Amino acid sequence: MIVRASLPTTDVLVRGVHAVDVRAGLDGPADVLVRDGRIEAIVPAGGHDSIDTAGLTVIDGSGLHCFPGFFDPHVHLRTPGQGYKETLATGTASGAAGGFTALVAMPNTNPVVDSPSVFGALLETARQEAVIGVGFTACITKGMKGAELTEMAALKGLGAVAFTDDGLPVNDAHIFRMACRYQQLVGSVLMLHEEESSLSGGGSMNEGAVSAALGVSGQPNIAESTLIARDAAIALYEDARIHVQHISASESLDAVRTARERGTKITCEASPHHLLLTDEACRTLNTNCKMNPPLRTETDRQALIAAVLDGTIDCIATDHAPHSRDEKALPFEEAPFGSTGLETSFAATYTELVLNHGLELSRLVELLGSGAYLVDLEPPKLVAGEPADLCLVDLNRRWIVGEHGYVSKSANSPFEGMELQGKVVLTLSHGAVAHRDPVFDSTFDPAQAR
Amino acid sequence: MKHLISIDELGRDDVELLLERAASFSEVANREIKKVPALRGRTVLTLFYEASTRTRSSFELAAKRLSADIVSFSAGGSSVEKGESLKDTVLTLAAHSPDAIVVRAPWAGTPQLVSQWTDAAIVNAGDGKREHPTQALLDLFTMRQQLGADLEGRSVWIVGDVAHSRVARSLIRILVLTGVHVTVCGPPTLIPKDIAALGCDVTFDMSGIHDADVVYTLRLQHERMTAAGLLPSLGEYAAQYQVNSARLSPNQGVMHPGPVNRGVEMSGEVVDSPQAVITMQVKAGVVVRMAVLYELLAGARSDVAAKERIHA
Repeated sequence: MIVRASLPTTDVLVRGVHAVDVRAGLDGPADVLVRDGRIEAIVPAGGHDSIDTAGLTVIDGSGLHCFPGFFDPHVHLRTPGQGYKETLATGTASGAAGGFTALVAMPNTNPVVDSPSVFGALLETARQEAVIGVGFTACITKGMKGAELTEMAALKGLGAVAFTDDGLPVNDAHIFRMACRYQQLVGSVLMLHEEESSLSGGGSMNEGAVSAALGVSGQPNIAESTLIARDAAIALYEDARIHVQHISASESLDAVRTARERGTKITCEASPHHLLLTDEACRTLNTNCKMNPPLRTETDRQALIAAVLDGTIDCIATDHAPHSRDEKALPFEEAPFGSTGLETSFAATYTELVLNHGLELSRLVELLGSGAYLVDLEPPKLVAGEPADLCLVDLNRRWIVGEHGYVSKSANSPFEGMELQGKVVLTLSHGAVAHRDPVFDSTFDPAQAR
Repeated sequence: MKHLISIDELGRDDVELLLERAASFSEVANREIKKVPALRGRTVLTLFYEASTRTRSSFELAAKRLSADIVSFSAGGSSVEKGESLKDTVLTLAAHSPDAIVVRAPWAGTPQLVSQWTDAAIVNAGDGKREHPTQALLDLFTMRQQLGADLEGRSVWIVGDVAHSRVARSLIRILVLTGVHVTVCGPPTLIPKDIAALGCDVTFDMSGIHDADVVYTLRLQHERMTAAGLLPSLGEYAAQYQVNSARLSPNQGVMHPGPVNRGVEMSGEVVDSPQAVITMQVKAGVVVRMAVLYELLAGARSDVAAKERIHA
């Protein structure tokens, strides 16, 4: 179940915008009319020239692109219990700034989301605070301890969209097998943080030349790939559906491909930081570049990009993981894992995948939405009658990450200081303005536009 | 030179400067009154998050011989035990306006972090398993006392637990910088997979060790090894990798950063032989650390004086 605060909607006419949505068969200039929270009509550009604009905010869309709102199946909104890192209000606002209109929040909060009571309270808070849609996952095991299954049926009944112990693997093979069997009752996908703990052994970066030079313990690629292979084998045996989160190592991609060839129902996601950065970024011990799984080598990065291009990767997910400045102002080995990603996701992947590696723009838009399928939903669509979940993007705008701060409560972006191309300037969530870029603000003034 | 944090930040001329300065301080160590007024009125603070007696006393002696005031801060017995963050500890200590802070911590990169929160010159006395640059300088100083100033083309073997050794990581760096051919040797479980990226050769076989001009033996933290699955037994380690007279030829220099586990990584017989220059290393430690403190602080003072002249 995806919920959001009910916010006042704005009726908008975007003229002459380049609309892109493969699922709607769109890729060209269009006029987009939004009224009462829904897309009322999308017609070829100029088709709404004669419309009565009274009560409409008219936007000149020339030079802009319009995409269906992005869907992120993997974020940490730190609610309940860690409001100093992020809240549902700031996390969803950060998502809106990145063009997202729905997020799926992970349950490794304080307390963890492993019981119906915690889950119910969470939904209530989201109905008050979330400026875009948000769905919540619940834990696979109680307390994320890997020993006993949670009340998945009850949690699913309350609206849990998926189950995951994200941040930790389900180490015990038997418990994982039981979760796969229980899925026959519950149905929802198991989202998996794949890390064989006995191999990763407390490593705080990738194991390789950088970790060897720094004397910092590293996690080898095989810590990820071997657990994927194990879990895929169990899932195949139990005919379960699994999703591999934030895949990072080239060996892991081989494991996913092999599992698919055997008929395993397995999907996987890639995160922008793994697609753009390598462990070289950790050489200065910048704690914003400490995340789990860690940034890998250039070989892995290239394998991951190739896997996006060949379709092995099913969706892009940020693993947005905010931490306070104090928490990151620690020695690398002591600092917590995680980096923010919502506000940079589109620009990072557009710059690297589309501009540098020739991915079709429409395919990128698809990959930024298809996370919805994991939780048995349709991604937002630019189709008349659908909820107005969309974003406007200036593809030509180059910007420096962090130059004007962040919408997120936290500032631990691994891209800080990098120049990226493509900026989300407006996000509508069910017709409500969830984000407006300050530069774009002046042109958004209804009086001026008319 | 503002700080001494990593050998990577030094050029060959910096190393020359420091070792020449250290040589000049060797003379002070032989005087009856082993003290010069070079850093009188300067404050050196030691901030140690790990137990250390050798390195710490060596730094303290070096500071005292330069007439600096010295204040020692240990993580044990301080507010660190009450949960104070590294940053707050450093801010508190920085309020005393130390001229230099000597930092040791179990985490890589701690000295850089500390440098962000104070104007003091930072000296890395060991950060995690990453670096121990004054140890590398004193080891190079000792090698030059043995082999002469030009080490270009010489061969040094570093034997033992490279994986857990900041001494090894700094030593490999400084030897590669000065044109020495470095070979690391030890059991595959204690040699990081990609250590050759630092510019050394890697072997698991001791048979070529007589090619080395110097055999540098690392301390084996043996209490951790068998439990972590890294070594089957100390006996097997000693049989394969112990530096002993059967493996050495008499003209080779033997070094060790201390403290030695006699009969484990090195035989007692070698420790006691004239080949071993371990006490020379300890002596070199004081004069090299005097040189480091002098270059960082006396140099900084002349900068300040220059600024004052300019603004007068």
